[in-house]
Amino acid sequence: MSQHAHSPIEGNNGKPVAFRSRPWAATLILTGGVFALILGMFLSVSFGAADIHFAVVWEAIFQFNPDSTQHQIIQEIRLPRLLGGAMVGASLAVAGAIMQGMTRNPLADSGLLGLNAGAGFVLALCFAFFPGLPFMYLILYSFLGAGVGAGMVYGIGSLAKGGLTPVRLVLAGAALTALLSALSEGIALYFKIGQDLAFWYAGGVAGTKWFQLEVMFPWIVAALIGAMMLSRSITMLSLGEDVAKGLGQRTALVKLAGMIIVLILAGSAVAVVGAVGFVGLIVPHLTRYLVGVDYRWIIPCSAILGSLLVVFADLAARMVNPPYETPLGALIALIGVPFFLYLARKERREM
Amino acid sequence: MQQMVSHYQTRKRNRGFAVMTILAILIFIAFIISMNTGYIRLSPSDLLLTLIGSGTDKQSLILFEFRLPRIVISLLIGAGLAVSGCVIQGISRNALAEPGILGINAGAGLMVMLFISFYPSTSAAPVFLLPVLALLGASVTAALIFALSYKRHKGLSPTRIVLTGIAVAAGMSAAMIVLTLKLSPDKYQFVATWLAGSIWGTNWKFVLSLLPWIAILIPYVFYNARVMNVLNLGEELAKGLGAPVAKEQLKLLAAAVGLAASCVAVSGGIGFVGLIGPHLARRLVGPKHELLLPTSALAGALLVIVADTIGRWIMQPSEIPTGIVVAVIGAPYFLYLLACSKA
Repeated sequence: MSQHAHSPIEGNNGKPVAFRSRPWAATLILTGGVFALILGMFLSVSFGAADIHFAVVWEAIFQFNPDSTQHQIIQEIRLPRLLGGAMVGASLAVAGAIMQGMTRNPLADSGLLGLNAGAGFVLALCFAFFPGLPFMYLILYSFLGAGVGAGMVYGIGSLAKGGLTPVRLVLAGAALTALLSALSEGIALYFKIGQDLAFWYAGGVAGTKWFQLEVMFPWIVAALIGAMMLSRSITMLSLGEDVAKGLGQRTALVKLAGMIIVLILAGSAVAVVGAVGFVGLIVPHLTRYLVGVDYRWIIPCSAILGSLLVVFADLAARMVNPPYETPLGALIALIGVPFFLYLARKERREM
Repeated sequence: MQQMVSHYQTRKRNRGFAVMTILAILIFIAFIISMNTGYIRLSPSDLLLTLIGSGTDKQSLILFEFRLPRIVISLLIGAGLAVSGCVIQGISRNALAEPGILGINAGAGLMVMLFISFYPSTSAAPVFLLPVLALLGASVTAALIFALSYKRHKGLSPTRIVLTGIAVAAGMSAAMIVLTLKLSPDKYQFVATWLAGSIWGTNWKFVLSLLPWIAILIPYVFYNARVMNVLNLGEELAKGLGAPVAKEQLKLLAAAVGLAASCVAVSGGIGFVGLIGPHLARRLVGPKHELLLPTSALAGALLVIVADTIGRWIMQPSEIPTGIVVAVIGAPYFLYLLACSKA
């Protein structure tokens, strides 16, 4: 763990491949990240349409006084929003890291499992046929849609002879996503509900409620722990299916477990904030660049960096153009794109 | 042994020709049906009479001024997008690559959206300006991606282009989301329809503006099929075989961008053809580009002409954007192929 691991596995050019793993960098990210996250949370709670002093924030959390408006704002609006953002960021980033590791495709993210498209399709149906559904139901249905979408991708990918290969998973995901998105688009055009959907889709952690967090939290924590337990297997799988099999791994089982974890993580995230697509794609790349190719480090660091990205993006979303909010998805892209471009220039051929 | 190998190759080639012939016949049938489809029915005999120039004025107007150009356009963009996708997949060696990855759809879409946002009304939007703007947006975006992924002494690497493409496309999509939320509902409807991929360039001027791109770039790519085979082996191997990899990649990618950008300009975002056309072709004739490229072109053309016909017919007199129909018929077939395929 604590030294550079050199593996005897041969790369495709016959030279042994040295796997770069940077435990020091990872440890730094984990500790520094937690501090930055706490800072971000404090900033996030005190900045907004109404500025609130740090001391008041402290009181609101530890000595809650129901008669104070500021305390109410913090307790009912800002805290859930902030915690929701942190959870969603961690979930999407880890889901993306698992997808990229399992499929060895740098373009993969959790959206490719058909989750976002499934959720979007069900939402389009809800908006078209049952306008005015209560929020609770919308969330429930979009989660179901995400599950059905992922189930279909997995099912179709597994039907073929030779089982679910990474390429098949990715292609089935892309095709099903295209199909469901096209159907949603058609419904949206026909019923003229495109903009309502776009609002949902643009993704925002505003309006997160405590009950959502209570429903999400145990699942996400369990899934993150599961991801950590799987991390070693994912590292093996990321070297290629044959290698993993050769090392005695039951790849089918690992892939199924990975898919279920991704489904729980990304499904909860999509249900709460809509489709914030970029986090799952970019954070794993950034993390790999910083800590190397060992998923035992990549997964926790992705979680921290994902949280940071969403918390700070949400903070920015409120400060760019107050009192109006800028769509979160747009801001995440704004923050993420330059980073990603820099990474692309650095380009290391490691997945 | 030698005989075995050559026998196998001949069989592959024969199979390829058989597949292409079948596709061509299907396209021809779709062409005939498509000419018959629309609000005003033309019986097959009327159709024939009109085609040889002895139909009524009204019939020839419908056929020559509305339907034929649209059919020709749908064939051209189907072939163009599929070949473009085939090249991008072959060079980047990534199964998920398609023209959209090079930011072409996003660039075109953003340009159109900006124009619509700041233009006073949609009803009077100059139809001829939109494709020009879309082409401009697509080309600028592609150039930007190339510039950002170019490194001195190292040239371009496909992986870097793909990653840069994602980033740039994501940035543009984000800008589009912001604009979307600010648009008035009727403007939004216009843009959404355009983005969903509607072939609206239904007259000969559009055909003429698209034709040179297709007529020059597709043969150019076909001519380079063997280069594509070498590039597809991977960079190290291709270099080892003595191919000037970076230069060839750049030329072929530029051709792919030109094809996709010109197609997106007249059809909006029909993104799926570029992804699925080459995959369908690969499942039918295998990985050799001499067969794969023409088969992709035919498969793409067939997909778009069928989708366009269905889109015009199913909800008469209104239309469904072709891009939506392409995905709705293309994706299930593709999934079926995927489920039946051997590892």
